[in-house]
Amino acid sequence: MAHSNKRVPMNHVIGFILSLAMTLVAAWAAIGSDLPVRWVIIGIMILALLQAGVQLFMFMHVTEAESGNGHVPWNMMFHGFALAGIIVAGSLFTMSFGFDHNHGGDGGEQQHEQQHEQQDHSGH
Amino acid sequence: MHITDILVTGEPIIYGAMVSMALVGIALLFLLTYFKKWGWLWREWLTTVDHKKIGVMYILSALLMLFRGGVDAMMMRVQLAFPDLGFLNSQHYNEIFTTHGTIMIIFMAMPFLIGLMNIIVPLQIGARDFAFPYLNALSFWSFFFGMALFNISFVIGGSPEAGWTSYTPLSGAAMSPGPGQNFYLMGLQLSGIGTLATGINLMVTILKMRAPGMKLFHMPIFTWSTLVTCFIIVFAFPILTVALALLTIDRIFGAQFFTLTGEGLPMMWANLFWMWGHPEVYIVILPAFGIFSEIIATFAKKRLFGYHAMVWSMIIIALLSFLVWVHHFFTMGAGAFVNSVFSISTMLIAVPTGVKIFNWLATLYKSKIEFTVPMLWSLAFIPSFILGGVTGVMLGMAAADYQFHNSYFLIAHFHYVLIAGTVFACFAGLVFWYPKMFGHKMNERLGKWAFWLFFFGFHVCFFPQYFLGLDGMPRRLFITNVVEWLPLNVISTVGAFGMGLGFIVFVYNVYYSFRYSERETTGDSWNGNGRTLEWATTTPVPYYNFATVPYVDEIDPYVRMKEEGKTTYEESKVKPIHMPSYTGQPFIMMAFLGLASFGLVFEWMYVAVFGLLGGIIMMIRRSFDYDDGYYVPVDEIKRTEKKARGL
Ligand code: HEM
Ligand SMILES: [Cu+2]
Repeated sequence: MAHSNKRVPMNHVIGFILSLAMTLVAAWAAIGSDLPVRWVIIGIMILALLQAGVQLFMFMHVTEAESGNGHVPWNMMFHGFALAGIIVAGSLFTMSFGFDHNHGGDGGEQQHEQQHEQQDHSGH
Repeated sequence: MHITDILVTGEPIIYGAMVSMALVGIALLFLLTYFKKWGWLWREWLTTVDHKKIGVMYILSALLMLFRGGVDAMMMRVQLAFPDLGFLNSQHYNEIFTTHGTIMIIFMAMPFLIGLMNIIVPLQIGARDFAFPYLNALSFWSFFFGMALFNISFVIGGSPEAGWTSYTPLSGAAMSPGPGQNFYLMGLQLSGIGTLATGINLMVTILKMRAPGMKLFHMPIFTWSTLVTCFIIVFAFPILTVALALLTIDRIFGAQFFTLTGEGLPMMWANLFWMWGHPEVYIVILPAFGIFSEIIATFAKKRLFGYHAMVWSMIIIALLSFLVWVHHFFTMGAGAFVNSVFSISTMLIAVPTGVKIFNWLATLYKSKIEFTVPMLWSLAFIPSFILGGVTGVMLGMAAADYQFHNSYFLIAHFHYVLIAGTVFACFAGLVFWYPKMFGHKMNERLGKWAFWLFFFGFHVCFFPQYFLGLDGMPRRLFITNVVEWLPLNVISTVGAFGMGLGFIVFVYNVYYSFRYSERETTGDSWNGNGRTLEWATTTPVPYYNFATVPYVDEIDPYVRMKEEGKTTYEESKVKPIHMPSYTGQPFIMMAFLGLASFGLVFEWMYVAVFGLLGGIIMMIRRSFDYDDGYYVPVDEIKRTEKKARGL
């Protein structure tokens, strides 16, 4: 029977404060700082990786050993990455495949063809 | 600020609704005070962490929402049958189809199914509660306050009116100013917390708390459907959360994610929305499949045909459900290649679904069917759902969809799958497991009336709409006085009122059965046809569910137990049972977050910050909460079991 041990969960408190701090730094970098955009983006990316690390190690039990169902955190992370892949690749695919910024290109030609056809028809 | 600034004024229908809501509210307050029931309400319901009671609250809320969404539907149908009457104006019509769609999907279908899962899944796997009972209560209250927030919009501030899909740029700050659209965003965000938490909670419960010996492939099929659904929830809902948050930041804090002016991408909303939205429709259909499978096996009195194929087809459906979202916007113009890819993935889903249909038919083949009310709903489901599925494949053909898109053909299609699938399953499951919840069955004669009225009403209402669609009638249209459309629209409205009548009979049956139904004496309520563990519990189910947890190493364990004359109760093995304590914290925490959301809707930042602070304080309070629950002593268990089993 598990007895309640009334101690402060230090690991969680530290993790919580760390993640808040990193969030604030990221917000500051985007809103308040004068850094060039490239550095802001790189900085936020690095903070995001650190943030994920804090979550995984201080809250999400990645350090735990395997249980009866395999290593659950790894398992879920694998699915998570697969889904993130679908979201990013899928969005790029549907939102930009076949489009370029050269608006006179593909689409324009098709229109021309259609016009030709119409002219043909009216000629009959 | 004056009160009339935020109340919706000038609409007779809404004044009527306000007055009736006020009257019902006053009556409730009066009754609770008069019968001194406040303490009872708090002790027994608002603070409960018992999965069975939480499930009942989910189902009651869902029935209420079915009523609200149904009234919206009737109002639309009246308008469409008599377009010249001027019953609704265009804005009011827009608001009504938006609230109807949102309420039916988010606040009716999902909570109804989650309610049934709450009650039944722990009983089916031999667990005493959820893995995280406190979190379960939190989920319910987050749904409840989200629902309340969304529903007050039509009297305070005005309803959202950009459709249940809330497409940008229409739903952005520029084209939908005012609080209406914020109600949609905050209501869904708040209740989404609960849905996500329930997904995790049930997943852990099923993976970790099964009876000893029960492997995954021994689990009842409804539990399997729940597990697969939980995976979809856990992976799909974060997408909605992020999309809602981005649009909220756009609307309230002036960002430009979905506006053209700031180099944003309006179509990105549709993309994200359907990345969640298509898995969402499987969230509401897979549990329905599970319910029908249980009922069909029970009343065909056979083991479910092709159990393994059923499970694998659900898993494949779940995977595919993340790969088809573009079929909701083929007409966006992504190009032939993109559309072809998603056209094919969409049609692929028909394969595992077809496997399931044939397995149900094979279960029925050469069996002695007992035509009870839950079985009637299930049998009606099969052909009706096929009509919805076949038209779904038609819509999935990208080229053809350019014709069907946004017409009544689509409306008919998704009502065929949502009503014949999800709503039939909700009714079937509720009637089937009703004795487990309330200790008596629902009256069969009234149940059949409700079924036949609803069933015929449904087909009369929606079958003509396929043809209205083919005749070119677009959805979300309030003036429809085109001569060719009128007759079919009138027929459709007649059918809608048939369904309304069926619902009234159903609700009356709740009351009638409470008064007159015979009380249950055994736990195996359907003539001893129960196959899975929930039927092995006594009725009413004791709050700890199982005094002793049985060893299970096969599908349908209760069938063999009955053959061998055994029960799950072994008096010699009773040990003290560890149970969670009731607590008011989830209710209070979510009330604070509800207040914060309300503040954000009107962009009153002081209210929002105050509510958020309250929520955070409650979370800190929870972090230092060392209540580990209590133990039920052996004496008490033995006494309870003796009484329930008449030993
Ligand atoms: C009582 C039976 C019902 C009737 C008579 C009914 C009728 C309607 C009507 C008339 C519309 C609007 C069509 C339009 O103008 O575009 C509609 C839309 C919709 N309905 Fe139903 N409905 C019923 C039940 C349901 C149920 C049970 C669900 C879901 C579980 C549902 C989900 C929807 C959705 C998602 C929309 C689209 C809303 C939008 O365009 O944003 N309906 N329904
Ligand atoms: Cu879809």
